[in-house]
Amino acid sequence: MSESLLDNDFNLARKSQALQARAKLIQSICLFFIHHGFLEIETPLRIPSPAPEEHIEAIPSDDWFLQTSPELCMKRLLAAGYQRIFQISKCFRAAERGNKHLPEFTMLEWYVAQFDYHQIMYQCEAMLINAFKDMGHDQYIILQNKNINLAPPWERITVADAFSRYAPISCQEALHQDTFDEIMVEYIEPLLGIDRPTFIYDYPAKLAALAKIKMNDPTVAERFELYIGGLELANGFSELTDMNEQRQRFEEALKLRSAKNWARYAMPEKFLQALQTMPESAGIALGIDRLLMILANTCQIDDVVAFTPEML
Amino acid sequence: MFTASDLRKGLRVKIDNEPYIITEFNFVKPGKGQALYRTKLKNMINGNQYERSFRSVDTFETADLREKKMQYLYKEGDKYCFMDNENYEQVYLTETQVDEAKNFLIDNIEVEILLFEDRPIGISLPNFVDLIVTEAEPWAKGDTAAGSTKPVKVQTGYTILVPTFVTEGEKIRIDTRTGEYLTRVKG
Repeated sequence: MSESLLDNDFNLARKSQALQARAKLIQSICLFFIHHGFLEIETPLRIPSPAPEEHIEAIPSDDWFLQTSPELCMKRLLAAGYQRIFQISKCFRAAERGNKHLPEFTMLEWYVAQFDYHQIMYQCEAMLINAFKDMGHDQYIILQNKNINLAPPWERITVADAFSRYAPISCQEALHQDTFDEIMVEYIEPLLGIDRPTFIYDYPAKLAALAKIKMNDPTVAERFELYIGGLELANGFSELTDMNEQRQRFEEALKLRSAKNWARYAMPEKFLQALQTMPESAGIALGIDRLLMILANTCQIDDVVAFTPEML
Repeated sequence: MFTASDLRKGLRVKIDNEPYIITEFNFVKPGKGQALYRTKLKNMINGNQYERSFRSVDTFETADLREKKMQYLYKEGDKYCFMDNENYEQVYLTETQVDEAKNFLIDNIEVEILLFEDRPIGISLPNFVDLIVTEAEPWAKGDTAAGSTKPVKVQTGYTILVPTFVTEGEKIRIDTRTGEYLTRVKG
């Protein structure tokens, strides 16, 4: 019996609490959605053409790819008339490994027809308050020695306001200098969701991804993120339903991707066609591992999964 | 050549023509944004610390660092002079560069001098040095309490806590990594 065999057993055994929390949390989330009239669905993990995004790289699998999120297939279901759908699935992203990142992680994603981004923020808030309660946190949660108050309504702040409140330069200036991400990471993210969970919303139109541009302000997109204790937990939007605009954004992203020699994706044609019948809707993706990190009061994602890639 | 994704704690890289050691490293990626590599860096010449984020497209040269055996000769003003045992050339380090090693530098001691592109920038000592106690309170015979210590001064001027039985003129062995007393040395 070698020492390392014993060490491996120990490393798995000491995660017992985290693994039990994971099982319980997933049960709570599924029940919430089922009680709210959602259909739990499964979509393929292996897909021929992921959504082209400038900063997310898929992992190849034969001549297809592992999904970076279940977004495209779920929206095709929306287009086919499924009004409320959710799933918890594995997502894969190349070269993402850090204290808060695993290249294979667990994502909860849900969509609601006829909702906009503010409505899905409220639903997200209600779902999480219910989950925190099921996990034994009624009013607050302790994260790095700080009490985070869970009482609704949670804080809501626009991206532009967050920049003027926390950053040395405005959002416009940051975009102009091409330092938006750096300012977010260095000045803004660490202060979001510190006293209570925070939704930051109305992202610059340039960073819309698959979100709809705001009707009365074309400089921003109806996109939001949820932060708790400085940790990014979820991303959501009012979904873009305009096929032509979505195609243009994908083409732009494909160009940027090819400039840095990233994998070549085919245009997701079937998804684009489906947009023609997709109802107005909102969707959101929430990292289950990150939520477990908050529940376990840890800054290390390794603590909440049984196996990290390094343990395999 | 390194890219930002190769950065690791402890890695030594060249930035703006100076050597830096990575003292902290973190991969971050704001929602839908690009991968960033947040680091804390220490300039190996002046010791200044910085925080800096890099993008995956940023590249770094390896810092040309090597160590060479040299002998400590003498101190002049705030300069410490060392001699290369191979070619007898003399090099100098400032007091800041010598830092805590100055407490253990005795004439002719052999040390490793850290060179950056052939410029001396730092020093590492042998793990143990033997120094003579130059000032010590005499040992009161009655003081037998096990583990009691007293401060003494050694030949470099460094003050160190030693067991009460150590007397003036004795040689003691010191761990240079902790600066602590280890044992008495005969002879």
